[in-house]
Amino acid sequence: MNRAIIDLSTDELRDLYRELILDHARSPRHFGKLTEQTHSAEGVNPLCGDKLKLYLQIDSDGCIRDAAFEGSGCAISVASASLMTDAVIGMRQTEALDFANALIGSITGKDTQIELGKLQALRGVREFPSRVKCATLAWHAMNSAIRQDDRPASTE
Amino acid sequence: MTMSKPLQTARTEKRGDVPACRRDFPALAQKINGEPLVYLDSAASSQQPQAVIDAVAEYHRHNHANVHRGVHTLSHRATEAYESARDAVAGFINSRSRREVVFTSGTTESVNLVAQSFCRPRFKAGDRILLSHLEHHSNIVPWQLLCEQTGAELLITPIDERGELDLETFENQIGGGVRMLAIAHVSNALGTVLPLDRLIAAAHRHGVPVLVDGAQAVPHMPVDVQALDCDFYAFSAHKMCGPTGIGILYAKAQHLERMPPYQGGGDMILEVRFDGTTYNDLPYKFEAGTPNISGAIGLGAAVRYLDAIGMSRIAAHENELLRYMTQRLSEVPGIRLVGTAKHKASVQSFLLDDIHPHDLGTIVDHQGIAIRTGHHCAMPVMDFFRIPGTARASLALYNNRDDVDRLVASLARAKEIFGR
Repeated sequence: MNRAIIDLSTDELRDLYRELILDHARSPRHFGKLTEQTHSAEGVNPLCGDKLKLYLQIDSDGCIRDAAFEGSGCAISVASASLMTDAVIGMRQTEALDFANALIGSITGKDTQIELGKLQALRGVREFPSRVKCATLAWHAMNSAIRQDDRPASTE
Repeated sequence: MTMSKPLQTARTEKRGDVPACRRDFPALAQKINGEPLVYLDSAASSQQPQAVIDAVAEYHRHNHANVHRGVHTLSHRATEAYESARDAVAGFINSRSRREVVFTSGTTESVNLVAQSFCRPRFKAGDRILLSHLEHHSNIVPWQLLCEQTGAELLITPIDERGELDLETFENQIGGGVRMLAIAHVSNALGTVLPLDRLIAAAHRHGVPVLVDGAQAVPHMPVDVQALDCDFYAFSAHKMCGPTGIGILYAKAQHLERMPPYQGGGDMILEVRFDGTTYNDLPYKFEAGTPNISGAIGLGAAVRYLDAIGMSRIAAHENELLRYMTQRLSEVPGIRLVGTAKHKASVQSFLLDDIHPHDLGTIVDHQGIAIRTGHHCAMPVMDFFRIPGTARASLALYNNRDDVDRLVASLARAKEIFGR
């Protein structure tokens, strides 16, 4: 067997399941309901059954004061939602939408000018096309929530 | 219609043991992510042997034309190949007559055909359709549509923690206004083999016709529709080494004769006038339009291939391997087997620690191993176990103990990554 191939494959898996991702998957931040939510949206990934509900509290100036989510899913979708809620609290909603676009772009292989910070960790998904939908689910849901789209965000 | 011998007979030599047939499947001889492929997802769709690939290619290369239409040579060849596939299927499931073998696009269409053509005209509000809690969505949703159309109701027979049917409840339900029993032969999510003899006998005692979803049974065991005495039996080619988009509805001729056509079009008629149309004989009354000719030919080749090896030998091989797989998996620390019925076929669902099945699927795929993860189109089963899904390893005739050993070894990597 070819040693190099095995080592490479090991690295790709480690790149997908980085410590930061596993940490957020095990102990998701901002998990639960938001009592003073102003916006919410559901996200469903019909293929694998990932389901989440996202809550946002957006003030009259269009600033995201708080965010939370609940639901169930794989490590990638839960970690992505957890990291997202962490990242967007304090952002203006237009800023959050741009950030979501940049992040989805980065996962699907497009270069972006926006500094993604910790969220760079999700780029490991690039090598796993079948998992892109897991990583982008929460971000599509945020898009729906901010745009107050009544239909559940779907990755299909 | 009398058919001569098929133009091209795709057959396999009889061999000493079933796993030797592995080399007949070109897709299995490849590497995935640098590792030899281990294919454990045949319950979703099985791989095709060279004999099937060749039969379909031969048709496309030399014999393609429309069936039942032309006087020219190619049309005759295509018709012979198509109809000889029907004969092969009729023999394979031991139907009384080729008239009882209808080509459909697959199990799903077969079930829809029965719901719409057999049940809908005779159902009224309050009639009941009895299903099991184990059913695949394709044996649930067509009946829900029928309920919306007729005011009929679904009645569900519960299962227990092992994934076995609650027979006592079934016996009580079957006599209570039930007008149709629609039930899986083998559960696709749990692998449970249902006691069809008992269920069908009970249904018939109450005059209830029975449709069997045989998609997960036909590839894994001998199926004799006369011995079962079911009224309808539905299955798909692509789970039995054949192509996608083609399947079978077996139905007793007495039912088919009384059923209105499911769809109208060419080929299903004898005579068309604007003031009335005479329908064609069985089974053509149910095959409107140009059919999936190449698919049927591929299915015929698959049936001949399986028949040459022998379904009893395939069943014995798979049952032994399933026992081995279940045993090996049960030794993995942190594993939870889902579906532990006494009588099972081909399938083992499981969960590992609290790793989501989707993550498990990615990690083992990276080691060249294909398993299915998710709800397996049986969401009520997942709800019963209060889980979002499972990882599912499913066997076919071409799998062997090495495949199982590779799967078990690959789970260690998942535990390592998730730090357990």
